[in-house]
Amino acid sequence: MVMKKIDSSNRTLVLIAALLMITAYFTPLWQISLWAPQYPEGLNMKIWIDRLSGDVDIINGVNHYIGMKHIGVEMFPEFTYLIYVFAFIIGFGVLAALIARRWAVYTFFSMISLLGVGVLVDMYLWGYDYGHNLDPTAAIKVPGMAYQPPLLGYKELLNFLAYSGPDTGGWIIAFSGILMLIVVSRCFLEDRKAKLQNPYMKVQ
Amino acid sequence: MKTRLWLLAGAMVAIAFAPGCKPKGAQSALSGDAASKVYVAPGEHDEFYNIVSGGFNGQMSVVGLPSGRVLKIVPVFSVHPENGWGFSEESKPMLNTAHGFVPWDDLHHIAISTTNAEHDARWAFGNGNNTPRIARVDLTTFKTVEILEIPNSAGNHSSPFITENTEYVVAGTRFSVPTGDNRDVPIETYKENFKGTISFISVDKDHGTMDLAFQLEAPPFNFDLARAGKKKSHGWFFFSTYNTEMAHTLLEVNASQKDKDFIMAVNWKKAEQYIKEGKGKKTKAKYAHNIWDENTHMATSTIKEDILTLDPKELKDIIYFIPCPKSPHGTDTDPTGEYIIGSGKLAAIIPVFSFTKMLKAIENQDFEGTIDGMPVLKYESVLHGEVEKPGLGPLHTEFDGRGNAYTSMFVSSEVVKWNIETLQVLDRVPTYYSVGHLMIPGGPTGKPHGKYMVAYNKITKDRYLPTGPELAHSAQLYDISGDKMQLLLDFPTIGEPHYAEAFPASLIKDKQVKFYPLEKNNHPRALKGINNARVEREGNKVHVYMTTIRSNFRPDNIEGVRVGDEVYFHVTNLEQDWDVPHGFAIKGANTAELLVMPGETATLKWVPDRVGIFPFYCTDFCSALHQEMQGYLRVSPAGSNPEIKFYTGE
Repeated sequence: MVMKKIDSSNRTLVLIAALLMITAYFTPLWQISLWAPQYPEGLNMKIWIDRLSGDVDIINGVNHYIGMKHIGVEMFPEFTYLIYVFAFIIGFGVLAALIARRWAVYTFFSMISLLGVGVLVDMYLWGYDYGHNLDPTAAIKVPGMAYQPPLLGYKELLNFLAYSGPDTGGWIIAFSGILMLIVVSRCFLEDRKAKLQNPYMKVQ
Repeated sequence: MKTRLWLLAGAMVAIAFAPGCKPKGAQSALSGDAASKVYVAPGEHDEFYNIVSGGFNGQMSVVGLPSGRVLKIVPVFSVHPENGWGFSEESKPMLNTAHGFVPWDDLHHIAISTTNAEHDARWAFGNGNNTPRIARVDLTTFKTVEILEIPNSAGNHSSPFITENTEYVVAGTRFSVPTGDNRDVPIETYKENFKGTISFISVDKDHGTMDLAFQLEAPPFNFDLARAGKKKSHGWFFFSTYNTEMAHTLLEVNASQKDKDFIMAVNWKKAEQYIKEGKGKKTKAKYAHNIWDENTHMATSTIKEDILTLDPKELKDIIYFIPCPKSPHGTDTDPTGEYIIGSGKLAAIIPVFSFTKMLKAIENQDFEGTIDGMPVLKYESVLHGEVEKPGLGPLHTEFDGRGNAYTSMFVSSEVVKWNIETLQVLDRVPTYYSVGHLMIPGGPTGKPHGKYMVAYNKITKDRYLPTGPELAHSAQLYDISGDKMQLLLDFPTIGEPHYAEAFPASLIKDKQVKFYPLEKNNHPRALKGINNARVEREGNKVHVYMTTIRSNFRPDNIEGVRVGDEVYFHVTNLEQDWDVPHGFAIKGANTAELLVMPGETATLKWVPDRVGIFPFYCTDFCSALHQEMQGYLRVSPAGSNPEIKFYTGE
């Protein structure tokens, strides 16, 4: 059994992918923007790894008319553990680059992918609750109307146009994911090539 | 017989054609595509801010040019019930004077701050004419942040003109009056006992804070207008004078006797030098100094009394008189600082003086006499030349930066364009009617923007839909970018505009304050959130600590107030977003409403005069539930002992 390591260019890419993710601690990951006739300049909320910023108070002020919950840090338990999740994944990525084993690289890639999917699912569930679970004493009630924000892209909600999408940190993580996709594909192609040349060789 | 018939026929033909000979009037003045030049499309912004004095309304208006749209009225010297200026406890001290609370004044002239003789547009200064004062408006908030009273002055007309780096703003008195201890004197002792004071007020270059630096005791003339020297003439100030006859009754006749009055040239650098040498004399007179604090959202008024006086009769070389025909109104310096234009309102010519020649005449002692020891220069020695037949009643001159001057003619109701070097009249346009001041953006500075000119008129008559006997004052906007002036727009104004200034919007547009951060609100009775909203009794005073946020007051039900209590509503607007003011008004208040900006705290005092339930409500349509933003206050009889109660919701 041959323990074939990944080559140095792939190792570098893995290291870059892991280190780039550190920016998640300094840049906003996600953003939600709202425009209305009264807000031509738009209201913008940024979601960071452990906090919110932007026009959160104004959005809360506007949304209380239709009975939406008050958005605040306490609304997101994710803020308490995401910093550790990221630290673990980044640490694992650096480790993967050091030991350069294929299983480690594949695991790191899976972690980033799962993180991405997990965040989207989590966002959707939060958005569903935020948009549907309304205060019954709200001043404005529109029968049958829910205010779930879009998961990705634009959506019209009463007088508002809402947008949801990655912010700087989110794009960087996506880029890390793409880097890892390249690494994984290269490894995969390499293995196939090796297998074709020597069908008995087992790669790890 | 036949001849007579022919004569008769000829006369009838002449009568029939006579109306056709009447020169074309106002209606034909508009030509070309004027509308598109003043059209500012919906959502677009004007190119210039025009800060316009409100005259007898005591305020400033902010107008956009070229559209002529009114953007705001800035309350300055007069109370303004629509936003509580002069009615809120915080703003009352702004209108304090040595005479106590003065709720009105007459604001004539604007000076926009400059650096190196160019607009920096940090502050707009305005003069209070009646109870002499100078105000400073912050152009990031468009709010009056300082008012300084001018002692020993009466009729602060020759004001608030500024030096090229806003080192000083001046206040020359229109009415000479007795100063010092002996003020109860017969009016006929005018010449002996009356003084014409000229005040130089220093302006802090970082914060704008004003301070009465020194006063010159000038002869008892009437000081009309003024303009600082700039660039080469920086260090000098020029004041126009009339009534150098020193009459004190029927000035219409008695102050119009002399062929020439004076432009008084003041070497203020020399005055500074004398002060350094300790030549100033300390005198006393009470005056108020009122400052608004943007962090505590309140004004404080301090009564001062120290004045540093300089006597130019003894301290030589501060004052020189330039003879100027006849009762000069405006005195204006051109963008280079070389030429000084005196507009003798009763004169048939416009004299243009040369600063270089003035210095030479002083050096050569080219004097035709002295007034109390102060030299009078020879007219011819200082004169650059005269503009012949400019029109009737020249008042004010502005400049386009291309070597041309524009003078307003009150009597012949026109603006005349002429070349400063050649003194040739180049063009004239009618105004509707009887123009007073005229204004070119940057016109009084070293860098005019010679694109537009506005005429502010004194007579309106038929220009707009009639509104009974009292009419808005008219203004006209002209395109002056070409050889010929072209009328573009005719628009009504607010109050009675006198002088105005304009500057490119880009100078301040992006520096505007949108709201006051709550965390910086240091008002002693501010609330930072809804939690501490409460009512407290201190003797017969009841303090209501109230918050506003869309769309409720906290507290909104209040009980325990008695007839005769002094109730203070301290309203903090918790909003932290642009353009979300809340108003506060309560039934029967003998004051006004409050209009509270986001993050601001304001206080309304109210003394209930009868038992009952008093509603209060938000006066600024703030939100979809604005009409729900209301509350009740219960007033119990005097002498009763009701428990203080307050709540919101439930």
